[in-house]
Amino acid sequence: MNKSIILHVIGWILTIEALFMALPGIVAMIYQEKSGYSFLITMMVCLLIGVPLIIMKPKSHIFFAKEGFISVALGWIVLSIMGAMPFYLSGEIPSYVDALFEVISGFTTTGSSILSDVEALSYCMLFWRSFTHWIGGMGILVFILAIMPMAGGETMHIMRAESPGPSVEKIVPRMRSTASLLYIIYFAMTVIQIILLLAGGMPLFDSLTITFGTAGTGGFAIKNSSLADYTSYQQNVTTIFMFLFGVNFNIYYLILFKKAKVAFKSEELRAYFLIVITAIILIALNLGGIKNFFPSIHHAAFQVSSIITTTGYATVDFNHWPTFSKTILVWIMFIGACAGSTGGGLKVSRIVILFKTICKEMSYLVHKRSIKIIKFDGKKIEHETMRSINVFFVSYILIFAVSVLIVSLDNFDFTSSFTAVAATINNVGPGLEVVGPIGNFGGFSILSKFVMMFDMLCGRLEVFPMLLLFNPKNWKK
Amino acid sequence: MRILIIGCGKVGTALAEQLDREGHDIIVIDNKASAIHNVIDTLDVLGVVGNGASYHVLQEAGIETTDILIAVTNSDELNMLCCLIAKKASKCHTIARIRNPQYNEEIDFIKEELGISMTINPELESALEMARLIRLPSAIKIETFAKGKVELLKCQIPKDSILNNMQIKNIATKTHCKVLVCAVERGDDIFIPAGDFLLQSSDKISIIAMQKHAPEFFTKIGLPPSHIKDIMIVGGGMIASYIGSRFAGTDVTVKIIEQNKERCEELSSHLPDSLIIHANGTDNNVLIEEGIDTTDAFASLTNLDEENILLSLYAQKRCKAKIFTKITRLTFDDIIRDMNLGVILNPKLLTADRIIRYVRAKQNSLGSNVETLYKLVGNKVEAMEFRVKSNASFVGIPLQQLRTKENTLVGCINRNGKIIIPNGQDTIQVGDTVIIVTTSFGLDDLRDIFE
Repeated sequence: MNKSIILHVIGWILTIEALFMALPGIVAMIYQEKSGYSFLITMMVCLLIGVPLIIMKPKSHIFFAKEGFISVALGWIVLSIMGAMPFYLSGEIPSYVDALFEVISGFTTTGSSILSDVEALSYCMLFWRSFTHWIGGMGILVFILAIMPMAGGETMHIMRAESPGPSVEKIVPRMRSTASLLYIIYFAMTVIQIILLLAGGMPLFDSLTITFGTAGTGGFAIKNSSLADYTSYQQNVTTIFMFLFGVNFNIYYLILFKKAKVAFKSEELRAYFLIVITAIILIALNLGGIKNFFPSIHHAAFQVSSIITTTGYATVDFNHWPTFSKTILVWIMFIGACAGSTGGGLKVSRIVILFKTICKEMSYLVHKRSIKIIKFDGKKIEHETMRSINVFFVSYILIFAVSVLIVSLDNFDFTSSFTAVAATINNVGPGLEVVGPIGNFGGFSILSKFVMMFDMLCGRLEVFPMLLLFNPKNWKK
Repeated sequence: MRILIIGCGKVGTALAEQLDREGHDIIVIDNKASAIHNVIDTLDVLGVVGNGASYHVLQEAGIETTDILIAVTNSDELNMLCCLIAKKASKCHTIARIRNPQYNEEIDFIKEELGISMTINPELESALEMARLIRLPSAIKIETFAKGKVELLKCQIPKDSILNNMQIKNIATKTHCKVLVCAVERGDDIFIPAGDFLLQSSDKISIIAMQKHAPEFFTKIGLPPSHIKDIMIVGGGMIASYIGSRFAGTDVTVKIIEQNKERCEELSSHLPDSLIIHANGTDNNVLIEEGIDTTDAFASLTNLDEENILLSLYAQKRCKAKIFTKITRLTFDDIIRDMNLGVILNPKLLTADRIIRYVRAKQNSLGSNVETLYKLVGNKVEAMEFRVKSNASFVGIPLQQLRTKENTLVGCINRNGKIIIPNGQDTIQVGDTVIIVTTSFGLDDLRDIFE
């Protein structure tokens, strides 16, 4: 394995992270908070390690799939280790493991918190916590691809390792332009949401942090009650934007630069829309019956949009909802958002393709000699894609099962253990019972926290980069 | 520029790789998903799976905003169809690989009617390259430009040549040859010589000359003339056939050894002047019997690279002939280059090379008055083609009275298809195409050149 080029990529990650940390630094200056110094120190450390790594020319430029996966997985771990420093150094999160959990939850856009009192944090920490969602949403390596001069096809390996979805496609020929375009769309949508929230009378700091959490489909709020205390206009804006950030960004490119017709024909978009609408109607009926259907729609819509895009904001404590509604929420956690969005979960396109495979298999069982091509968006699904989806699904479930088993050692009730892992591996945030919208993850043991940190990274990077990183075979010479 | 490449075979991939490195936006189309995956995994390009001749697929690949479409699938007809449809769908330039010799005879008609900007025939291109080197074996490099009408030959001035210590302006009177020295390499320096430039032996000079004058000039300056009178070719493919017809009626005899009887008969009816031998060319007894020891040039042009390499190594051992080896694969080229196989003819690489040169010329001429631009002599010299559109101050004045910019000269004048290698008395007229050779880059108008 070409370690020198991986170190080079890590160097870039550290340097960019240092630059990003300047923002909470500025927030600390505005609010004149002493904890701002912890950012300054961390920035120095990042730059001291990062800049020499960039300047040191890699010995060889060999960069294949293996280097792509490893540098992405390792990059995210390094990113998190440094990102947790300010929380720990300032003493606002006294345990480093907790700080690490919090920041991994941030970068992977999960939104699970170990804090029982969020409001006790200083402004700069709250800002950094939410801002990690924004960085992690589109991906720090995609950001680096947009600015770093990297030649050739190696960039594809990085993009493929970091971007969610069964098959990653560029939208324009150049990787650099693709990455820039994605960030431009991301940035523009972020700005629009901030403006809309400000127009609804939300304070600037709140609009910024809420928007970062929405854009990255993260879910860290700056109030203990999550979004319950905001006006229904502000909640509705968030509902719509959560939904929008869960759509494949290629769709926006198509709408903006080509033909909207093609975009709306996307099977994944239609399925996503259908699932969301169905879930909202079912939950609203379950909550309010036919009589109170319309009043309950507001909260149902918010919660469905929040959970399926794996954001994890809450306007009510859905822990007290009927079991039917709670079950729907747990299942849509697994479905997740669209491929190529900032959301987590299994992804709608994978679910649709898996569903089509079942139909194919049923027809095959009856007609042994039948040949059926599975199509998605009018295109044949290659056998390779099919296989990788199946394997992905199996390993996802396997990791999930083992994680639940380990977490159950803490002896919480089954629902808590089950949904705690479901909420972390799908990058949602809150689960049910102990880890419900008003609960937190602070009570778990260190072992469980590490398992869930691994799950969050697995969920965000789609399993394989993490598995490859921890496979000792890949480190042998 | 945005470039669409249809067909991800060896040529398509080589093109994508080179053009990607030069900073173009590349989209590749192939109907095999595996071929597309190979390319997009290694290069920063966009891949589309589908039939490149389908309007729908071309639209998906963004034909409206494409500048150049290159069709290099293995079917001539498909390539032409791709170009035709692309031309109807957008304003792009189209390039097609067309290798069937029958189409080649009517290539001008096809280009005109289908609106194809450039066609390329790899085998013909290889044969021409080979023929050039047979005609002038002492040239280091031969480049053609201005649509192949003008040749730029590079050679080294031998010791005791009459050119040693001669001023450039005296060349014409001393040698009675119409040639123009347009660049001189001395060590690491490159000069665009003026009339009073003093040549020295072992300078490498690049000259512009008409095809028929070049051999005469080479003899005059003391370079050995072509001694090649016999060419022995193993493998009667397209290249052999083109070589045969190229040298038909000259004093060069071409002997082609081919295994397939039917092909032999075909070749024989097509090339009455060539000697066609029906035998297994890899049998060394056959080679000895047919005179490998005495031939002046030996070319191994079978369909198998390995066989060609072995044949050439054998020939290298037996005789002093100039050796040509056809290699089709693009891998292991560093090993092949070290193997002493004489001149290596790689039709695929040659195709890619010609297309890339066309793309560069197109790109360089964007946004300026330059019609085409070529980089010569290790990319340090530019040759630019300008068209004289209006009555400018320099029109009609003999060149010797015009003051040109330093390190710049008028290389040749194309007057309605007639090539003039200019001397001091010639003039530039409205409607001419003028080729300017220079080392100062970035010129974009003829006016910039004459002070």
